[in-house]
Amino acid sequence: MSEELKYLSHRVAVGKLSRRDFLGRAAALGVTASFANTLLGGAAKAAGPQKGGIIKAGMQGGEATNSLDPASFLSQVPFTFGKSWGEYLVALTPDGGLENRIAEEVGASDDAKVWTFKIRDGIEFHNGKSVTADDVLATLERHSNEDSKSGALGIMKGIESMKVDGNDVVVTLKEANADLPYLMADYHLIIQPNGGKDKPDAGISAGPYKVTVNEPGVRHGGERFANYWQGDKMGFADQIEIIVINDATARTAAMQGGQVHLINRVEPKIVDLVKRVPGVTIQNVSGRGHYVFIMHCNTAPFDNNDLRMALKYAMNREEMVEKILRGYGSVGNDFPINAAYPLFSDDVEQRPYDPDKAAFHFKKSGHDGPVLLRTSDVAFPGAVDAAQLYQQSCAKAGITIDVKREPGDGYWSEVWNKQPFCESYWGGRPTQDQMYSTAYISTADWNDTRFLRPEFDKLIMEARAQLDETKRKAMYRDAAVMVRDEGGLILPMFNDFIDASTDKIDGWEPHPAAELMDGYALAKCWLTA
Amino acid sequence: MGSSIATLIAQRIALGVVLLLAVSVLIFVGTQILPGDVAQSILGNQATPEALANLRKELGLNDPAVVRYFAWLGGVLTGDLGTALTTRQDIATTLMPRLWNTLFLAFWAAVVSVPLAIILGLLAVRYRNGPIDKAISGFALASTSLPEFFVGYLLIFFVAVKLQWFPSISTVYDGMPLLDKLRAIVLPTTVLVLVVLAHMMRMTRAAILNVMQSAYIETAELKGLSAFDIIRKHAFPNAIAPIVNVVMLNLAFLVVGVVVVEVIFVYPGLGQYLVDHVAKRDVPVVQAVGLIFAAVYISLNIIADITAILANPRLRHPK
Repeated sequence: MSEELKYLSHRVAVGKLSRRDFLGRAAALGVTASFANTLLGGAAKAAGPQKGGIIKAGMQGGEATNSLDPASFLSQVPFTFGKSWGEYLVALTPDGGLENRIAEEVGASDDAKVWTFKIRDGIEFHNGKSVTADDVLATLERHSNEDSKSGALGIMKGIESMKVDGNDVVVTLKEANADLPYLMADYHLIIQPNGGKDKPDAGISAGPYKVTVNEPGVRHGGERFANYWQGDKMGFADQIEIIVINDATARTAAMQGGQVHLINRVEPKIVDLVKRVPGVTIQNVSGRGHYVFIMHCNTAPFDNNDLRMALKYAMNREEMVEKILRGYGSVGNDFPINAAYPLFSDDVEQRPYDPDKAAFHFKKSGHDGPVLLRTSDVAFPGAVDAAQLYQQSCAKAGITIDVKREPGDGYWSEVWNKQPFCESYWGGRPTQDQMYSTAYISTADWNDTRFLRPEFDKLIMEARAQLDETKRKAMYRDAAVMVRDEGGLILPMFNDFIDASTDKIDGWEPHPAAELMDGYALAKCWLTA
Repeated sequence: MGSSIATLIAQRIALGVVLLLAVSVLIFVGTQILPGDVAQSILGNQATPEALANLRKELGLNDPAVVRYFAWLGGVLTGDLGTALTTRQDIATTLMPRLWNTLFLAFWAAVVSVPLAIILGLLAVRYRNGPIDKAISGFALASTSLPEFFVGYLLIFFVAVKLQWFPSISTVYDGMPLLDKLRAIVLPTTVLVLVVLAHMMRMTRAAILNVMQSAYIETAELKGLSAFDIIRKHAFPNAIAPIVNVVMLNLAFLVVGVVVVEVIFVYPGLGQYLVDHVAKRDVPVVQAVGLIFAAVYISLNIIADITAILANPRLRHPK
């Protein structure tokens, strides 16, 4: 890179040269615009975070029915707002590891049954009180209570007892679990004063922003918490605001009109158009989320593995990624794990689209007549189109698929996890154990493929207690192959998270765990001058 | 004569109340036959059976429907709309700001559209079958024929994104200065005006033209009155009843039928509030909003009826 470019980009970073002038001069030096922009980004980062201003996000996924009670969080807006005002014991890092937050140290007994979280000194709640081990314990207790209706209830079930020991919170598990710290990063587990037992929806925790505006389904706002314990890492803007914009076109327009700096859920259909808007950057990251076609392994005709194999071979995965995701995703291999997970084995053979094999298995299954697939707009973006593409790729193998379009309203209560063959999606989980435990072991409430295999359950339990990573990785490979070859899951594609930001935003770091930098975009980004 | 008018009005209002009660039964029955149940919808597809059972018990969903209807009706009559199932907040306190927002938008849309429609209607009559009449009717019909989301997107694209004159997001909130609020609602108001304009304009035109065929108009013409005077003094007062009717219908639409516009412009009105709660099967809120919508509709229609009665001597003395 020429010295002149370096000098120029630094001048932009410190505000002595406009972006436009910079790009003009860079072009004069024979540099492409995209490279020049990259340069500029690097220079701004080098110049460091800048404080001040109001960061505004326009987001899908907020309803008038939302509450500030973290136990009730379900959709994107409460999730993201929660990351702005809440503080957690631990948090996921972009590379799949864990970072200690309120927990200063995490320790385990040799059998992975007793876990100790040392509580960091000097963290303050928004109400001025210090965060203590008692608050952490009370939070975990509240989410463990059946009456709390917490979204984290499922992961708290494995806890046998909890106690406070000086500055430590000690958690004893019913069964060994090497992944417990990952579970504590669940987005519901915002540490609240006295666990939020007094007023669950008070919106008080120890995060970088204090809640100032809470109008569910309309907008949420926060102002920087002056006594935030990590002010050099987060909370750069003076204020943050989330405006709920559930309509995709309105969301894009708001960004083009400069009313918001960040948006989530850019539809793959329009990504290429948004990309061409001056000053807007598409921020896509491959994550753990995936779109699925699920068959109940215990319901005719899907209780026949040959029929399941036929339907798996009849899926044209490349075509799905290209047409449904417009390339913003990657092909799946009929098990719910990809490279975004720790301990992923990349040597499991990729299942191809093979109409001949599909026809062979279909014939062998002895099934005759059409297969009914239920779908809906809400199953995932493009689900109805995907069902039609699948219908065609199946037709080439001589399999007739009847597509039944169900109303979106009531799809999750009447169709998903009830009907034997339908489309759905999963957001993924932080660890392989959690993904399998949530949806593939016999006792899982959401075993939406009715995969009931005692030997699989045993394998997952063993892997959970195994602290040796090499052995554990091999176990998860076996589990993956089992689901892939015998399960009721057809997994054509893993979808990218696609967000967008304007050129006023800096500090963006892709995070595979969830959209908008795992919800931290408002807290971790800053406005450029 | 005065007492007979009072009786007539009282009758209309009593009829309205009976109608409202009937609607309340319909609303209640309607919300009972929605597929899925409240507990499942609140907890979404991530719900565990334990959490579901707890929630159902807590919400009293195990009581019979008749018991729940009378409990609800009793509450409404005493001004207690109940508590939202999803947020545990008092419905009246969360609903009122939304209602005001809806009325605010409807009010400004009406302030612009009603006089505009009537003036355009009068102009169209005055220059009937000429180029002005054709232009007015053509424009109004075209704007009504386009779906409101399309008009909304067009305005957003040209006025908000390209020209950047007005914001595309119409979020208003308490404590926002009035001028800012008005600026924020320019685009949704414009869409609503375009949607309701044609109906009122065409009805004004038709009603007056109808009256213009009468013999007394001919007499007025023969007296040598100017065309505008004839319309203003003789035709318009006799055409008021149908015009008021259609104006009221459109006002009701502005209050109860604007959810699409609210979604596109992110306006925090009652429509979006209702849709969110329907999606979550938050039955008490759906019932409350449904009842408010019904009340608005029925009372606007009563006003139209009463105006028609007052304006038309024949209706004042029913045989």
